[in-house]
Amino acid sequence: MANLFSLENKDILVTGASSGIGRAIAVLCSQSGATVYITARREDKLDETLSLMAGTSNKKIIADLSKNENIDDLIEQLPKIDGVVHCAGIGSRVLCKSVTREEIDKVMGVNFIVPVMLQTTLLAKKKLNKGSSIVFIASYGANSPAIANSIYSASKGAIISYANCLALEVAPRGIRVNCISPAMVWTDLIVKDGIDAETLKEDEKKYPLGRYGKPEDIAPLAVYLLSDSSSWMTTTNVKITGGGS
Amino acid sequence: MNIQTFVKNFAEQFDDTDIREIKKETKFQELEEWSSLILISIIAMIKTEYGKNVTGPEIRKCNTVKDLFDLVASK
Repeated sequence: MANLFSLENKDILVTGASSGIGRAIAVLCSQSGATVYITARREDKLDETLSLMAGTSNKKIIADLSKNENIDDLIEQLPKIDGVVHCAGIGSRVLCKSVTREEIDKVMGVNFIVPVMLQTTLLAKKKLNKGSSIVFIASYGANSPAIANSIYSASKGAIISYANCLALEVAPRGIRVNCISPAMVWTDLIVKDGIDAETLKEDEKKYPLGRYGKPEDIAPLAVYLLSDSSSWMTTTNVKITGGGS
Repeated sequence: MNIQTFVKNFAEQFDDTDIREIKKETKFQELEEWSSLILISIIAMIKTEYGKNVTGPEIRKCNTVKDLFDLVASK
């Protein structure tokens, strides 16, 4: 049987691997044969992720990527890699009339500046092999307006626009860049920021498939985009939504 | 916590309702301008001004502004 989504002999970096979608992706990458480098700020959470992963060659790297020197440290510990999944992100719920500069700095910092600077460093230090695959976890929210979601949506729209330009610059080396835009997925990100679970459970019933996503629903798509099966895919933003809008 | 200040902060979340119309005994969910948008605004105000987290369903269970004040004070 053909193993279309094998990541054998690939070294993959996953950011935000301490929970949610990042953790599910790290676990499935390891089960698909990759050597996975996972990074996040919280060591205990990273250890939990590591314990769920297959194989013995995976490595955790504790790093707060909001600081450039930490990005440099992280990059130094990496071999040349074949793929990166930018999963680290934070949510934000604030009405337009209440937006503060601090909120913008925080959200754009984590959701836009960090992945861009990490990507910059990966390129500058020549850490990406030919034919590697870059994946950004964006959000369906970038193109689907919701109340109190303006800054979060804008941060995800920004990363999608960035990814499209990046794709052109790395294409000559056969490097591919794609985004994944999930609708609502049950993670800390959606539960933390002021919406109560009761309201979310009501909303989830409106999804055509009857539920919000699970991190495990998103991970196979990331593995596909990292695998050689998607060799002709770049500048794509794949929506994965359970039919929700 | 002061009830007068709370009523004033509460009333400020409305754009078109006459501020004098909102008192501590006002059944706020019966106000014409009441909406889910105002609800989010109230949640944000309570977090910013009082450092407390209240949920949408908790607010919807309140009848008057005073009920909401008591809820916030109890947290």
